[in-house]
Amino acid sequence: MSSPKATLEMLPKGVQALLALGAVALAAFPLIPSDSSDFYLQMLSQMMILAIFAMSLDLLQGVTGLVSLGHAAYFGLAGYALAFLTPADVPVSLWWSLPVAALGAGLAALVIGFFVVRTHGIYFIMVTMAFAQMVFFLFFDNKELGGSDGLYVNFRPDASLFGWTGIDLENKTTFFYFTLAMLVSIYAFLRRLLFSPFGRVLAGIRVNEHRMRAVGYGTFGYKLAAFGLAGTLAGVAGYLWAAQTGFVNPELMGFHMSAHAIMMVILGGMGNFAGAIVGAFAFEYVMHFFKDLTKHWQLLMGSFIVLVVVFAPRGLLGLGERFMKKKDVA
Amino acid sequence: MDFANFLIQLLNSLQYGLLLFMLAAGLTLIFGIMGVVNLAHGSFYMLGAYLAWFLASQFDSLVLAIVVGTLIAVALGWALEWLLFRHFYHRDHLDQVLLTFGLIYIFEEVRSILWGDDVHSVAVPELVNWSIPLTENLSYPVYRLVISAVCVALALGLYFLISKTRLGMKIRAGAFNREMTEALGINIRLIHGVVFALGVALAAIAGMIASPISSVYPGMGSSVLIMCFVVVVIGGIGSVRGALVSALLVGLVDTFGKVLVPQIAGMAVYMLMAGVLLYKPEGLFKQ
Repeated sequence: MSSPKATLEMLPKGVQALLALGAVALAAFPLIPSDSSDFYLQMLSQMMILAIFAMSLDLLQGVTGLVSLGHAAYFGLAGYALAFLTPADVPVSLWWSLPVAALGAGLAALVIGFFVVRTHGIYFIMVTMAFAQMVFFLFFDNKELGGSDGLYVNFRPDASLFGWTGIDLENKTTFFYFTLAMLVSIYAFLRRLLFSPFGRVLAGIRVNEHRMRAVGYGTFGYKLAAFGLAGTLAGVAGYLWAAQTGFVNPELMGFHMSAHAIMMVILGGMGNFAGAIVGAFAFEYVMHFFKDLTKHWQLLMGSFIVLVVVFAPRGLLGLGERFMKKKDVA
Repeated sequence: MDFANFLIQLLNSLQYGLLLFMLAAGLTLIFGIMGVVNLAHGSFYMLGAYLAWFLASQFDSLVLAIVVGTLIAVALGWALEWLLFRHFYHRDHLDQVLLTFGLIYIFEEVRSILWGDDVHSVAVPELVNWSIPLTENLSYPVYRLVISAVCVALALGLYFLISKTRLGMKIRAGAFNREMTEALGINIRLIHGVVFALGVALAAIAGMIASPISSVYPGMGSSVLIMCFVVVVIGGIGSVRGALVSALLVGLVDTFGKVLVPQIAGMAVYMLMAGVLLYKPEGLFKQ
């Protein structure tokens, strides 16, 4: 079994330009006056949140070569953290609740990672899935933790700082820009990380872990750190998701959520974070499209996933790469 | 807990464990021999249960339904291996995960189109629809014993097939060294088809014989799939013996967990898995 291949670690100029264009188009979107802009603002915000989630998984899946089928656990945990931190009558301050929720998810990832990171390949897939399911049942079975119905987040977090109230997250447009800012900064951070010594070690583990150990790297620690960091960033996404939708339920940490994240990363092309963003947007779009089309959307979605895996396992950016390579030869 | 109660729980855990073994055996065989991870394995369990419900209502006989249903399952497994899975033996596990995840969606929808989304129940056959009295007000249903007996019989059959027959020898050879086996003139593709169909049939039979005691409902495959993963991880991937030991262990922990510590019953099995992983990261019976 070969380890999964990253797609286009270095992004060609064309892809970079397209991404920048996409970011500008997103930033300009709220400026376009439209009757249904509220609906689209929410939908785009959700897509951006899922893009953050997919990027966090890409750090494991595409960069380090660890396919986690339980990444939604950390997404959901941070969402629940916001639900618990928000009092019944007033909003909670963004400035401490976001770090607490994200680091809490990261801590959970470190604890679970301590067990799962020592496994390899197929074991890793199964064990991450099983642990996520454990977290799922913890919340599903306990009425105090919301049970199967979940919990409401009564208010979006309050972003005022020392009396300055420039950011009002209850405002949909402001929330949209806040999410966009988070997306861009996390992307920049991860791209920087990818080419840092730490990121190079992670990529080395993907290519050949035995060799990395022989060269003298303690791969266990590196993999655990990556797992924890990915959990933290998934937590940021989960926090934003809970803030946006206003409620959390166990489905957020469910098996389908985890599998969707993997699909997003694959669909875009993994190992470069840009693909995860593209994949998250494309996946959500396709899903909405099928759901609007027919009540038998699962059949279409399933066939779509199968077709992507059979014909484009390296994702949309992978297709682009192949196209560009052909041009180079000519 | 008095003795009668204890006995009931013990028999329940045995029955649950044996049923899990039927599913896990197929999963672990398919992985051990073809190197494919199959998330859609739970769907075969679900399809089996729906087949039992549908066919039993057509034939008026659960036994006949199970026989016909098994044949359908074998055909389905054979066709899937031929059309899809055989092209994925050398692909990344990641691709296999996604392919089979897509299949879950497809099977759920096919089930919904064919039989709807309702919950159904299947009648226990008359012959075994009675209970053995244990005390004045406690008794044990015979059908649950029948399930255990069928599972034990199939487990023995599986053991005989793999370790005592010529076909079993070829299967083991294929798992050990695929190229060498092919070089000796054995049709490994045929072997793969047989193993896959066998795994699908075992999962479907588990769903069929369990259908009278667990109602037949959409999504029944996914919960059982995750339990199967736990069983396979604890037992060691590829080991049928490991799957048996670990399935019985999981059955015990789950059943008694629900009775003794209901607050964390859902988590007990996963804690067992975590404990095993700490000491044996590759399962109890590593191949």
